[in-house]
Amino acid sequence: MIEAVGLTKLYGGAAAVEDLSFVVPSGQVTGFLGPNGAGKSTTMRLILGLDAPTAGRVTVNGRPYTAYRRPLFEVGALLEAKAAHGGRSAFNHLLCLASSNGIGRARVADVLDIVGLNGVADKRVGGFSLGMSQRLGIAAALLGDPQVLILDEPVNGLDPEGVLWIRTLVKSLAADGRTVLLSSHLMSEVAITADRLIIIGRGRLIAHTSVTELLRTGSGNFVRVRSPQRDQLTERLRARGASVTGQSDDSLHVSGASADVVGEIAREHGLILQELSEHHASLEQRYLELTGDAVDYHAPTHLVSTGERT
Amino acid sequence: MATTVSTPSTERRGPHVAEVLRSEFCKFRSVRSTFWTLSTAVLFNVALAGLAAIFIPRNLSGHEQSTTDPIRLSLAGVHLSQIAFGVLGTLIVTSEYGTGMIRATFAAVPQRRLVLAGKAIVFAATALIVGIASCFAAYATFEAFLSGDSLRSSIGDPGVVRAITGGGLYLVVLGLLGLGLGTILRSSTGAIATLFALLFVPSILLTLMPQAWRTTIGPFVPMQAGSQIFVATHHEPDNLGAWMGFGVFSLYAAAALTLGFVLINHRDT
Repeated sequence: MIEAVGLTKLYGGAAAVEDLSFVVPSGQVTGFLGPNGAGKSTTMRLILGLDAPTAGRVTVNGRPYTAYRRPLFEVGALLEAKAAHGGRSAFNHLLCLASSNGIGRARVADVLDIVGLNGVADKRVGGFSLGMSQRLGIAAALLGDPQVLILDEPVNGLDPEGVLWIRTLVKSLAADGRTVLLSSHLMSEVAITADRLIIIGRGRLIAHTSVTELLRTGSGNFVRVRSPQRDQLTERLRARGASVTGQSDDSLHVSGASADVVGEIAREHGLILQELSEHHASLEQRYLELTGDAVDYHAPTHLVSTGERT
Repeated sequence: MATTVSTPSTERRGPHVAEVLRSEFCKFRSVRSTFWTLSTAVLFNVALAGLAAIFIPRNLSGHEQSTTDPIRLSLAGVHLSQIAFGVLGTLIVTSEYGTGMIRATFAAVPQRRLVLAGKAIVFAATALIVGIASCFAAYATFEAFLSGDSLRSSIGDPGVVRAITGGGLYLVVLGLLGLGLGTILRSSTGAIATLFALLFVPSILLTLMPQAWRTTIGPFVPMQAGSQIFVATHHEPDNLGAWMGFGVFSLYAAAALTLGFVLINHRDT
């Protein structure tokens, strides 16, 4: 479990993270979302004790990260893929990190196997592609077989095969019952694997919720209904406090009442329904709705895609 | 996909210090630059000793021959090999900052001072062996190529073993000064430039200063103080004694390392 309380980090007076409180529960995949520059990486560095918070605190399994003497057994982290000395072989890079926590060569060979880099174990990492570096970073995170994994934008810059590999890996880690904190600026990436979501913008917490909860709320949800007694139905629904808008295809979009309620109202008044369905905003739409005000660099809105084209 | 092995207890293994030392030695030995800088340093020490033995004595007057310290002359290569040792000591820290590896390092060992101590110990131990061995090799080469007997000395003469060993010690401390500066500045270019400015600029500036400054401040500038340890005979009266000079030189390194140890825990990476 990762727990942050009032986490704040100022860089030269500007807040990168401000009064952030959240819990990453054990045994779940938590998606950590926010536009670029929202403070995701800063938060992750704060969790790992690489940066010191200006205020607040964050603990991993009840203790500050820096209190662990062999943290690789508790937490595995992938921050930047290219954070390795280019002159070292993949095997040696991992061995140097492993030996600091008393982990031996056999486990290094194991994790190289897991990420599929055993064929290039003796190659210098300076020549690795981004995808290979990302795998190497994941191998390092798995060294201590930790229950908690922190992955910062693991699919950034990967080719489709690499993206698929990461998704499969995260799913298998989750299936093992591990705690995963997975950051991304793309909802489509985390929605696939995440149970819970932490959404931040401009360093502040915007939403801390489950995926289903996020979908249930929000302005993009409505009930679509069609009836030959359209005007009567509209009147009855409005009387119950729902808002109703007529659509060009003769259907009605109802918000403020669930499909159940709409159905009951229709039965009470003996009205015929030809269609009754609930429509939810996509996660992507909800995400854009939430973070819309918190994007640092806006493109003109007519250029922003709102669909799931990513 | 088998990712599960039995999760070991985090506190069950041997001393943490030994693991950190093993890790730092692993990093030190697994990059090529370590081998190449040390090889270059050994080559400088030995080759310049040979060249000095062949070419210097014939160009010296009788008076000069009687006032020249043969040990210092045999260690002429230290003036070049010190660059290699200084760069190596600096890079041990700054290459981690330059590549971003430092974040992986500190995530694996959050006890940052332990990491820094591990780096310093691994460097000092290796540099001590290579430094002293190559200075003795330089002396042996010098004696082997020496023409004439006026600069001949014996390993048993007073101060000779101390001076040759001192050449190695000087290189170790110089590297540690670089390591300290690297920790403070966290940039290879910045730290290496500062290190060599500290070594060479004071000597150059002092030649432009009044004589009184040269005799009062001069003995205390880093290179002049440090190099007294590898003078066996014909000690110049204005300079500090061998161990006093080396002590002053070591204080510079100690100051840089201490500041490094203080700062490393208080900075974001």
